[in-house]
Amino acid sequence: MAQVVETNLNMTTEVSGVSLWADAIRRFKKDKIAVVCFFVIVLYALVALLTWVGVLGSDFMTNGPDSYAAPSGGHWFGTDIFGRDVFSRTLHGTRIALSIGLVTSFIAIPIGVTLGALAGYFGGVVDEIIVWFYTTMESIPDIFKIISISFVLGRGLSSVYIALGVTTWVSLCRLIRAEFLKHKNRDYVQAAQAMGASHKRRMFIHILPNVFHIILINFSMRFVTAIKTEVILSYLGLGVEPGQPSWGIMIDDAKLELARGVWWQLAAATLFMFFLVLSFYLFTEALREALDPKLRNK
Amino acid sequence: MLSYLGRRILSVIPVVFGVTLVTFVLFNIVGGDPVYQKMGKHGSEAEIRILRHEMGLDLPLIQQYGFYLKQCLTFDFGRSWATNQKISAMIDNGVGASLSLAFPAFSITIMLSILISILIAFFRNTPFDRGLQVICLAGISISSLVYIIAGQYFFSYKWGLFPISGYDPSWSGRWEYLYLPIIIWLLVSIGNEVLLYRTAILDEVYQDYVRTARSKGLSEKVVLLKHVLKNSMVPIITNVVIEIPFLFTGALLLEAFFGIPGLGGMVVQGISNSDFPVIKAMTYISSVLYVAFNLLSDICYALVDPRIKLE
Repeated sequence: MAQVVETNLNMTTEVSGVSLWADAIRRFKKDKIAVVCFFVIVLYALVALLTWVGVLGSDFMTNGPDSYAAPSGGHWFGTDIFGRDVFSRTLHGTRIALSIGLVTSFIAIPIGVTLGALAGYFGGVVDEIIVWFYTTMESIPDIFKIISISFVLGRGLSSVYIALGVTTWVSLCRLIRAEFLKHKNRDYVQAAQAMGASHKRRMFIHILPNVFHIILINFSMRFVTAIKTEVILSYLGLGVEPGQPSWGIMIDDAKLELARGVWWQLAAATLFMFFLVLSFYLFTEALREALDPKLRNK
Repeated sequence: MLSYLGRRILSVIPVVFGVTLVTFVLFNIVGGDPVYQKMGKHGSEAEIRILRHEMGLDLPLIQQYGFYLKQCLTFDFGRSWATNQKISAMIDNGVGASLSLAFPAFSITIMLSILISILIAFFRNTPFDRGLQVICLAGISISSLVYIIAGQYFFSYKWGLFPISGYDPSWSGRWEYLYLPIIIWLLVSIGNEVLLYRTAILDEVYQDYVRTARSKGLSEKVVLLKHVLKNSMVPIITNVVIEIPFLFTGALLLEAFFGIPGLGGMVVQGISNSDFPVIKAMTYISSVLYVAFNLLSDICYALVDPRIKLE
């Protein structure tokens, strides 16, 4: 008898053994565009890595003899005012763009997740204080928050990291708080409590994996914001130092170059940015669809 | 209902208080000594002391904060460091130009995006729908700065259709300068709006009441335009109301680029002049506007949608 029950149990676990993640991957793979976008992003990441270690585009700071040379076999996207190869500089722009997305995520995601988890899990006064804090932060329009922080910190890549990092956690925090509110009274959390799990353990070992998909979607979308904001900050004179090969600086330079017929810096930076941002948009959309339990089995 | 309104209005107070606190901490504590910002590196010891006293910086922080709080409540932010004009007067002067650009641009964008998203809803899940979605996404994947630079280059510089930049404060003269910025505004923002409204409309399309309407034999046109649109207007209007504060604060890049003397241009100018009081005032005012219109949108929501529990 005991054996029969055991085999039955085994059978049920095998039948229902498709986890959310396995299911998500299966559904993600069915979306051909999303798979293409994923590989485009991986390609950009590879370019960023290779420029970082110096294998690719190592001549991005080397001044050449021809100022503003038009695109040719030697310089695919021409040269800039100092005769530097625009293509190499655009490749380096990838490194800066992705680093802004990555570093701001490392700042913003821990803030958003921790505050959201604390607020949703504990409720009461803790919740009220955190909600007050993020409502306040939310009330200052994004662009003014970012402007005033980078204005106060001065120009440079690290200011961009900090300004974007400490301002863009609010929407994630709100979502995580709502999820923790839902999850904290679920059976599995009560079971963990009955087994003596501490608050910290229940929050971060038990509940957090169940809301991880929200963090992943947010992480992907963050790159879009980061890359677009960098351009605007560059125009405002609050971005990366001039002369650095960021896409924002290159696009900003173009406002004076276009009238002289120099279109290749603008074209190179815009093209590179376009495919990366578009891929992130479509990839995020596909992630959301693959991970949303409401859309499962459709 | 009244008690909901009362509570909702009261809840604004701690948030505005929080905004004053954040801007104060940012500009007066993190930002370092404003005197050095104002004088640069060349002030003598005595000059610095006099200036510190004039600006009230020798007072304890709590008193400085009290002074700032008073400024926030009276909307009197003193004078600009760069031009020595009163900031409240600068704002009065700029708001007209900002609204002249933002109001028509915003209204056209909203109307056009609602029209397009209804069209998309008719053809949902067809290649037309998917094609438009990709076009919208492609459109917003290009930096707004590129639209501005390329737009100005082609339309004004190369083809001479519009003035390159400038502004005429007279009522009839200003439009000539505003056509191109309005077109660019439309191009920059329409993709996002269409995608947003498409989702709002499609959220309704699969509801039970829509199926009922169809099974009564109503045509798709009637179902969409009468039943679905009415319900999806709730999130759309909420979204529109929340975007209104940004019309007052102006379009930073467009105004700066086309030399429109609005509030957005003023902020950009303030950044390049290191004009602390102007940035601080504009940050505070835009936040207060945001809070106010957020409140308004919540109230609209509660009035329109009886499902909202007013507990």
